[in-house]
Amino acid sequence: MSAFLNSSLVPTLYLLSAVLFIFGLKGLTRIRTARRGNFTSALAMLVAVIATLLEMGKFDLQWIIIGLLVGGLVGAVAAVKVEMTSMPEMVALFNGSGGAASGLVAASVLWHEVIEKNSGQTPAALLGNGGVSGMITILSLLIGFLTLSGSLVAYLKLAGKLSGSPILLPGRHLFNAALLLGVLGVGAYAVFSLSDAGSLSLVALAVVIMSLLLGIGLVIPIGGADMPVVISLLNSYSGLAAAATGFVLGNNVLIISGALVGASGLILTQIMCVAMNRTLANVLFGGFGAEPASGGGGSGGKDEYNNVRSFSAEEAALVLENAEKVIFVPGYGLAVAQAQHTVRELASELERRGAEVSYAIHPVAGRMPGHMNVLLAEADVPYEQLKEMDEINPEFKNTDVAIVVGANDVVNPAAMKDPGSPIYGMPILEVYNAATVIMIKRSLSPGFAGIKNDLFEYDNTMMLFADAKKAVQGILMEIKEL
Amino acid sequence: MGPLLIGIYVFVLAMFIGFEIITKIPPTLHTPLMSGANAVSGVTVVGALVAAQTSDTEISSLLGFVAIITATVNVVGGFLVTDRMLAMFSKKKKK
Repeated sequence: MSAFLNSSLVPTLYLLSAVLFIFGLKGLTRIRTARRGNFTSALAMLVAVIATLLEMGKFDLQWIIIGLLVGGLVGAVAAVKVEMTSMPEMVALFNGSGGAASGLVAASVLWHEVIEKNSGQTPAALLGNGGVSGMITILSLLIGFLTLSGSLVAYLKLAGKLSGSPILLPGRHLFNAALLLGVLGVGAYAVFSLSDAGSLSLVALAVVIMSLLLGIGLVIPIGGADMPVVISLLNSYSGLAAAATGFVLGNNVLIISGALVGASGLILTQIMCVAMNRTLANVLFGGFGAEPASGGGGSGGKDEYNNVRSFSAEEAALVLENAEKVIFVPGYGLAVAQAQHTVRELASELERRGAEVSYAIHPVAGRMPGHMNVLLAEADVPYEQLKEMDEINPEFKNTDVAIVVGANDVVNPAAMKDPGSPIYGMPILEVYNAATVIMIKRSLSPGFAGIKNDLFEYDNTMMLFADAKKAVQGILMEIKEL
Repeated sequence: MGPLLIGIYVFVLAMFIGFEIITKIPPTLHTPLMSGANAVSGVTVVGALVAAQTSDTEISSLLGFVAIITATVNVVGGFLVTDRMLAMFSKKKKK
């Protein structure tokens, strides 16, 4: 029986699991099939776990069940309780825990196969494949723990517990490069030359610490507005970490599903970079917004605003009263103020008065890819009303009112008109073409790119200084009275 | 062909499958795709199960046990939160 299990049933289950993972991920790319796709992936996971338990044959069920229960409970409570506005933080934390698991598995294997045996042989000899397996184990430690600490820093930044602006330490590139070379160098030395348990465990510890520091060093210089890129990239890393674990254990399902996640994360990273007109290297190493904008000509007086006119909610309501076509432009400020439901109420009221309402979504609005779509979906906005940048840009010139709620850099005309601007070339939502732009913002403070927004001075711009939710509530109240 | 080489073949081909099936995803689904893929990366739980068991020493079993917990947080949390988001999208379709 057990021979049958190991020779036929287990490999078949692994294959089934891999196929289900692929179908699951494919399902996630279409709205109609997404929910089923997610369920398929979960099923694939279950099959993989069952196959693994069958393959192991004898196991101590007690600890496995405790582990699964504790982890499952924590994950479930977090998933059910989290606010939709905090989704980027949640994903960052989940990402980190996945990375941690991969790193821990590599550490466990290293301990079990090498250190604990204390056989006087090098890891290269013990793990086989001429040292390649040993190096993959080191790599697995590196990616796993780097993903953990990087995700935690990203979480702290997203949750506002750490400054969202780039924190640039002098010599950080050198520091990070030294850490990376340190991990690989020390790791290679240990794999090929060390054989006593004491030094090997010290090296393993050093590798873990350096990997953790590298994760911190890589993410801490990255500013809040670049978070969609970082989150996508960390997502990709967590997949690669799982794949590396698959190599360590010789498990193909881990390799396949890890590679799928790695690929999807890379694609999202690429989409985000294109949406900001920047290269990945520039996001990771550029420290955007920290250096003063060089040249910066054309906008006359770099950070000072002259022709800014502040309006009240009542005046905004008067403009909206007769509008026939209104476009909302949500940004991170909407998430911070949790204004999605209020915005939806205002939209419904405008629709009731005969206006045509849509929402313009910039690919990097918010703090993670698709952040705004999720928030507006939570507020019951039909997704047909959510328009992508390329689709909606030609419509602004026929639009009576564009209401910008908590977005800034993604509507900055400098990106199109001022070659000296650091964001020049970034595709933006061309709201300035609308007859009137209502800009809801707490203050004149610059966005995360740290640059002036000329739109505030345009003649067709009405500035409404307030918290996004309060401002929209105010407009809604006034318009109901009209 | 050794298991390592086979692993590399599998990895490269799976990356290509990943690139093929995920291009052209609507932006509305970016967040669910990310959190769903994130849950999938918790497949490391499989490795954690093995790690927690193959050893008699306390240290590597302990590492494996902690790995089971963190991986399961990722898996269960990731799938549930993705489903929660996707339910919001499909809910409105019926209206």
